[in-house]
Amino acid sequence: MAGATMFDKIWDAHVVTTLEDGSDLLYIDRHITHELSSLKAFVDLADAGRPVRRPDLTLAVQDHLLATNPGRDDFSYDKGTVFIQAQRRNAQAHGVALLDVNDAEQGIVHVVGPELGVTLPGVTLACGDSHTCTNGGLGALAFGLGTSDVTHVLATQTLPFKRPKTIRVTVDGRMGPGLYAKDMILYIISQVGSAAGNGMAVEYAGDAVRALPIEARLTLCNMSIEWGARIGMVAPDDVTYEYLADRRYAPKERAWEAALKYWRTLPSDDDARFEREVRLDAARIAPQITWGTNPMDAIGVDELIPDPDVEKNAERREGMARALRYTDLRPGTSMEGLPIDMVFIGSCTNSRISDLRIAAAVAKGRKVASGVRAMVVPGSSAVKRQAEDEGLDRIFKEAGFEWHASACSMCAAVNADFVAPGARCVSTSNRNYENRQGRDSRTHLASPAMAVAAAVSGKIVDVRKLLSD
Amino acid sequence: MEKFKRIDAVAAPMLRDNIDTDSIIPVPFMKDPNIDLGAHLFYNLRYDTSGRENPGFVLNRPEYRAAQIIVAQKNFGCGSSREHAVWALMGFGIRCVIAQSFGDIFYNNSLRMGLLPVVLPSSELSVLGDAVERSAGRELTHVDLETQTITSPDGTAFHFEIEATRRRMLLEGLDAVGVTLLHAAQIAAFETQAHDRRPWMYDIGLENGTPA
Repeated sequence: MAGATMFDKIWDAHVVTTLEDGSDLLYIDRHITHELSSLKAFVDLADAGRPVRRPDLTLAVQDHLLATNPGRDDFSYDKGTVFIQAQRRNAQAHGVALLDVNDAEQGIVHVVGPELGVTLPGVTLACGDSHTCTNGGLGALAFGLGTSDVTHVLATQTLPFKRPKTIRVTVDGRMGPGLYAKDMILYIISQVGSAAGNGMAVEYAGDAVRALPIEARLTLCNMSIEWGARIGMVAPDDVTYEYLADRRYAPKERAWEAALKYWRTLPSDDDARFEREVRLDAARIAPQITWGTNPMDAIGVDELIPDPDVEKNAERREGMARALRYTDLRPGTSMEGLPIDMVFIGSCTNSRISDLRIAAAVAKGRKVASGVRAMVVPGSSAVKRQAEDEGLDRIFKEAGFEWHASACSMCAAVNADFVAPGARCVSTSNRNYENRQGRDSRTHLASPAMAVAAAVSGKIVDVRKLLSD
Repeated sequence: MEKFKRIDAVAAPMLRDNIDTDSIIPVPFMKDPNIDLGAHLFYNLRYDTSGRENPGFVLNRPEYRAAQIIVAQKNFGCGSSREHAVWALMGFGIRCVIAQSFGDIFYNNSLRMGLLPVVLPSSELSVLGDAVERSAGRELTHVDLETQTITSPDGTAFHFEIEATRRRMLLEGLDAVGVTLLHAAQIAAFETQAHDRRPWMYDIGLENGTPA
């Protein structure tokens, strides 16, 4: 019999019972809620007269509908008020811990989970947000939910779930300088396509993945959902344990030793079988930039925009042509040199301290080009403080970037931060969909380094050239 | 959730890949808990920037205004987990989406609410899509969950698969939480056993209230 994958081991340890149709009732070890997707869930829970089954395993966060100005309060973004106040009331009523608007530990759900050690290897973690797969970077089995399932987890701490198939993406070799996890994941998605992971749990492996620090692994797993995989994971290793040691909710002392012993059993066995395997070579990855309206529309910045006319699949051909009309670009041309209007550095994909250090290193001693609005929105209040302690905020401000308080912000224009109609934004977020960052916004996804390079150049450039000048 | 047995309705063709949930219901309409989501379904496609109807958009065409079925291609409902996408579709009157594949979270959300997501293989979908386009709303498409059959406007029938439990929950309009709580004793037993085995995983201190 073949060995077990990491996914199998964690899944099997959480099966409450197998249901008559063959799906499993899966136990959820950690449930994180945010104010936008949980409002109706708490209403439905109250209507049914049900309690929160495990408030001690639930964490409520405010992150989506928050203003990002300093000194913000419930009313700073008027459309958020009702959600923010309901989240606070619900957390209090059910005895659920809350990271409130101005708490020292407030931040984007998928940033604070790992940061506080709420996310651990081997746990199942759910949240009413599609990017919950981020948490798999620590070796958690984490997935997003819709509101009905948020209610379901609040009430039962379980979810009926048909066991997904497994897929392993192995990235061999190593990436060159100026390349980051964001480039790796955009490259992967461009190679496998937007729906390749539907119904699957993905494990990322290989030397290039192992070489990534934890925050980069979170970035990698974050965009699993952009190729359809609801679950993305990287096996835990010493880098993971070092990251987690002494985190607020991580186990301590003897409990830590017990946890460590268990975590070391989690990585996939050498003879584990995945239903599908993909192998890619890190040496082929160039800094990525998207030209279209789906994350799969990514190319190396040194490549030309592909031509729909040579695409064989009819729906894909039509999708490409539609995307190019929307982004107002022409096939066969270069993305390099394309003038831009805005730069957004933030979101659950790229807003952690390591992202800001990379961004600041490129920004240092340079100036945001005239006519470009560039903003930095740290992923959590702790990241913001850390950046300020390191003087990164000064580097950004001196370069002409706006420096904000933490929230989801312009990633999905969920607060007052949005991209103006027709404007082109280089964004470190995860979705370049039509109208996502504002009506008629044109989004080009890239790494923080590429985003800063664009901000200071006023156009899309290859960050490697900028750094070697 | 709303029951689903059978519908006989106009099907609207949206024969594209990757129709994402941001496009089904844009973020601005999620910020008002009391808004009529159905009125804002596909807002950026349905209305121009001044709020006037875009006459070319399929659901604005007279023949598709009463559509209860959408036929799409690959990866319908990809992206954001927002269940508002399902609420908006149902608010408009859509009860069934037929596609080659769906975003996993959307698929699940649909089944929780009583919107039937039907997966058809590419070859059958292209036959159905052609028939729906040719018919232009003149004949109805029939979706029968009891017999797991779709009958296209030209009378061609297609069988579709759906998990038995999901099917039963839709037919009977069952509440998923209620069904799961039939297993409450097993959940409690699991909790005891899981805690005994790995107490460090569960004794985390979140119950002490608001973190500092």
